Amino acid sequence: MTNLMIWPILIPLLTGVVLLLAPKRVLFQRALSLIAGVALIVLNIFILLSIHQDGILTLELGGWNPPFGIVLVGDMLAALLITTTSIVSLPILLFSIYTIGKEREQFYFYAFYQFLITGVIGAFLTGDLFNLFVFFEVMLISSYILIVHGGTKIQLRESFKYVLVNVISSAFFVVGVAYLYAVTGTLNIAHLSERINSLDSPAPILTVIAVLFLIVFGLKGALFPLYFWLPASYTAPPFAIAAIFGALLTKVGIYSIFRTYSMIFTHDIGFTHQLLSILAALTMVIGIIGAIAHQDVKKILVYNVIVAVGFVLFGVSTMTEAGFIGAIYYVLHDMVIKGALFLLIGAMVIVAGTSHLKEMGGLIKHHPRLGWMFFTATMALVGVPPLSGFVGKLMLIQGGIEAGQYGIIAVMMVTSLLILYSMIRIFLKGFYGQIKLLKADQYGSSKGLLLPCAFLITVSALMGLGAEALYPFAESAAKTLLNPEIYIDAVLKE
Amino acid sequence: MEIIMSILAGILFMAGTYLVLSKNMIRIIIGTSIISHGAHVLLLTMAGLKTGAPPLLGLDASTYTDPLPQALILTAIVISFGVTSFFLVLGYRTYKETGTDNTERMRGTDSYD
Repeated sequence: MTNLMIWPILIPLLTGVVLLLAPKRVLFQRALSLIAGVALIVLNIFILLSIHQDGILTLELGGWNPPFGIVLVGDMLAALLITTTSIVSLPILLFSIYTIGKEREQFYFYAFYQFLITGVIGAFLTGDLFNLFVFFEVMLISSYILIVHGGTKIQLRESFKYVLVNVISSAFFVVGVAYLYAVTGTLNIAHLSERINSLDSPAPILTVIAVLFLIVFGLKGALFPLYFWLPASYTAPPFAIAAIFGALLTKVGIYSIFRTYSMIFTHDIGFTHQLLSILAALTMVIGIIGAIAHQDVKKILVYNVIVAVGFVLFGVSTMTEAGFIGAIYYVLHDMVIKGALFLLIGAMVIVAGTSHLKEMGGLIKHHPRLGWMFFTATMALVGVPPLSGFVGKLMLIQGGIEAGQYGIIAVMMVTSLLILYSMIRIFLKGFYGQIKLLKADQYGSSKGLLLPCAFLITVSALMGLGAEALYPFAESAAKTLLNPEIYIDAVLKE
Repeated sequence: MEIIMSILAGILFMAGTYLVLSKNMIRIIIGTSIISHGAHVLLLTMAGLKTGAPPLLGLDASTYTDPLPQALILTAIVISFGVTSFFLVLGYRTYKETGTDNTERMRGTDSYD
């Protein structure tokens, strides 16, 4: 059982490789991807429970002791994130089976979907900074291909910009790794944490490197002022692809900031974490301005992705246990609910035939289930108590109060209200109001589209109702992050 | 020696940034590969350019150069090679489809309301 930690990476990787062999057999592709998705969920839940029982699990690849070899580390945060990743990726896969179209399916769509998940899960599990870079690239190269998959004009245009931004941020990542290696002489996260925290008077260069990593991960995670690429590139691809991007990709950037800013760069909290909290507040503001300004349902949702980045990073910047628990709850909730909302908006645009709010209306008459599911998802996004967004925001506010960041809490509360406004506008104008569709289109089919949405909303509701059961997991994840010694002891075994 | 190499990396970053900010698609792609060159040179420099034998145990030298950054650079090179070739094909396809290589003309037609 010592090889347990490699399987969450191997299952999607091997599935992707097998899927490359028979691109034209669509039924085989669908079946194998679904089986792999279910297997991944079962495995990840098993890993989550065993980490809960036995503490941090590590796997030294090749039998080399860390810091000399690459080590995979499953602490509670990583386990929660890989479990949520697998739970979110299955319904999105189901949705893409219904919507993506045969032509795309025959051209390696499912294989790249699996490689994307490989990259995301690998990035969550790795214990080495350069290996994190490699998994970032696995994820990004798959995302380049998925974003342009199908080759329509708008996709080509937007993916050129997306690739350019990410190539430059990857070069920055290499530069950051180079500087950090020059200063510390190691790239293992636990070893880095140990070395930097043992310094009596850390050099200012470490703060510079911390900001450089903030730029790199902020570019991946759409932090203000590095969010500019996101709105256009997430609206270009089909909804199934936009959903997996919105649910997973920015979260990997957020996770990396979470990991580095809680374990490695804690020597000068006054500067780095203050900077992070200010940028988080500005991210919320800029995101919500975009969400209110647009009339296009896709754009409204995409700007809400940016707002969520601000919420989570504010929790990270507080450096309190409550703030960390809040950030963990919120990031898990956000992965689920953004997946659900992208799918619901996708179904809505498919039945309405347009993504512009002025051209749709009265959808609730013929699609009541879609309408009420959208309403529930909106309430969950805003954080109405029985649903999943509530606990995270509550803990974030508590963490903010403990850190004395009252101004940012005020920004957060106003932003939450405005999120409600931006989303309920879709509900009121799109689902209520005058029926604007032609008679023939009014019975446009939503067959099969609602099942994956319903699954994700159920997960969100369970996360809200079962917050008590989830709490010990989030608490132990936050404890590990606040006390890096637990992580260092588990990895270096000294 | 490290100072000269750092200046070289700086010049590469400068040239790459200048090219990335231009309008022509192919110049942008060349700019990104010059930036990756700069990053690789920097990675080599930052690990120290102390004199020593190449990291081959058969040479029986008393000191060797640091082998780790060489492995990192090798990885980074193949990744940037893969991405650059994809980027070139993407640029070609975009040119075929949109009929222009000027990024100014690659703006969306969708209105911002």
